[in-house]
Amino acid sequence: MSCCGTSSARTGPERARGVERKVVFRQRWLPYALLAPQLLITIVFFFWPAAQAVWFAFLRQDAFGIRTTFVGFENFTDLFADPLYLEVVRNTAVFCTGVTILSLGVALLLAALADQQIRAATAYRTLLIWPYAIAPAVAAVLWIFLFHPQIGLIGRALNAAGIAWDYKLNGNQAMLLVILASAWKQVSYNFIFFLAGLQSIPKSVLEAAAIDGARPMRRFWTIIFPLLSPTTFFLIVVNLVYAFFDTFGVIDALTKGGPAKATETLIYRAYVDGRVNLDLGSSSAQSVVLMIIVMMLTMVQFRYVERRVHY
Amino acid sequence: MSNAASTTDAAPKRDWVTHAVLLLGVVVFALPIWIVLMGSTHDSATIGRGEVPLLPGPHALENYATAWSGTRDRIGAQSMMLNSMVMALAIALGKIAITIVSAFAVVFFRFPGRQLAFWAIFITLMLPVEVRIFPTFKVISDLGMVNTMGGLIIPVIASATATLLFRQFFMTIPDEFVEAAKIDGAGPMRFFWDVVVPLSRTNMAALFVILFVYGWNQYLWPLLVATDAEVETVVIGMVKMIGSEANTEWNLVMATCVLALLPPVAVVMLMQRWFVRGLTETEK
Repeated sequence: MSCCGTSSARTGPERARGVERKVVFRQRWLPYALLAPQLLITIVFFFWPAAQAVWFAFLRQDAFGIRTTFVGFENFTDLFADPLYLEVVRNTAVFCTGVTILSLGVALLLAALADQQIRAATAYRTLLIWPYAIAPAVAAVLWIFLFHPQIGLIGRALNAAGIAWDYKLNGNQAMLLVILASAWKQVSYNFIFFLAGLQSIPKSVLEAAAIDGARPMRRFWTIIFPLLSPTTFFLIVVNLVYAFFDTFGVIDALTKGGPAKATETLIYRAYVDGRVNLDLGSSSAQSVVLMIIVMMLTMVQFRYVERRVHY
Repeated sequence: MSNAASTTDAAPKRDWVTHAVLLLGVVVFALPIWIVLMGSTHDSATIGRGEVPLLPGPHALENYATAWSGTRDRIGAQSMMLNSMVMALAIALGKIAITIVSAFAVVFFRFPGRQLAFWAIFITLMLPVEVRIFPTFKVISDLGMVNTMGGLIIPVIASATATLLFRQFFMTIPDEFVEAAKIDGAGPMRFFWDVVVPLSRTNMAALFVILFVYGWNQYLWPLLVATDAEVETVVIGMVKMIGSEANTEWNLVMATCVLALLPPVAVVMLMQRWFVRGLTETEK
């Protein structure tokens, strides 16, 4: 690697990508021994169960769980013919879009403001960073104390102001609440990345624009925002993955998918069908759908993530 | 990092607005915690009446004591906190140990199947526990590991992210280091302990924060695997306390809630520098 002078100017990962080490150790068994723990766990707890999920998705058990028959794609066609499942797909779309837009928007606003206060930026980071450490389920419980119609600060105020607020009866209010709680927890993560991205934009570029007479808002949208786009793109993918998979705790602790399945997302439904309804075929088919979604998101992320490191 | 940008538009009024919005943000983020913190110092009746106290009350000691040691019909946070701590530490340290040696093998050796092994690890990125819940549960129950610490920890202990991070970092270690070790007659394991591990300290610290938080905050997997009170984690236990709305002792829920969020928040705050660096470098 030391041979090429130009490459050293690049970032670490850039330089490392696709390049093999020239000097290596030669041992016969040692590398396998070193890899064994991770590969063993990967095979037993990742590949084997994932393969089973795919296999179960093509099977159907009778009511007593005695006989199992191969049914081809029937579990999948049943799934997508089920209006309730399509409703869950719609919920998930609303939920994921809401969480992503809200948490990215608030984080970008706060980071852009904190970036202007250079001396105070680190202090604000400290004050905004800690929700990252809070479990989704714990975040949900915190929000109960804000929005519970009887014991919550805001929930009571809303009812006192004549707005009938009860997220346990009103599906739209329940959806709003799970979006708020999930987004609240994710803002600090986005804030860290936006602030890091903003602080790495060369200040000379901004000065030049300021001298040219560009107003702060105009400077933001024409210069800063485009330069931030790799960070933004990366965060959109991360936030979608978060909203899809990591918010199970929020929904389980706040609404349990209710009222009347209004806050049931794809992952919650897969859980309910497998755990409560014991419908292994359908639950597995849903797992396969989720696997395809996460694969697409990961591929998009790795296809574009390398651009991010330039800023 | 010059502060030229801030001086060019140093209109004091704008500065003032900026700080006001930022402080509003800080308050919005702190408010839920403040309410729970204050609520945990009042008695159950006050909260049940919906008074939502915003100032401390006189019942802090007894609430935390009861929440910690439990009551007749429910175990206290004491054992749940211990379970969470064991689980979070085992997941964080276990992941670091397992992934640093596998990344070491992939980067510093040439052997048949190397690419295959790397891809096998890489693909696990696409199989989060949430998409393979029930088959994984079946494997655990076939192995008789339901309601054991091992069942709670081992299935989530492999990590593609951590392996990728270590691999990326190992690629930047100069070849000269390896050559020098070889000339000195040091074997690979000697090289690992004397060079690789000390150089990786910052990466390990950053990963520890991220993985400790991840481990402590596990929800779906413990919900399935740890149904016994003996292995219950504090996050699950706290949510279960809300179960039946009517006679929920909200003051105890609040105290347990504070206990449940304290360790991960403390780890993030105390190790903030490494954590921020680790986050922005791991690329998730």
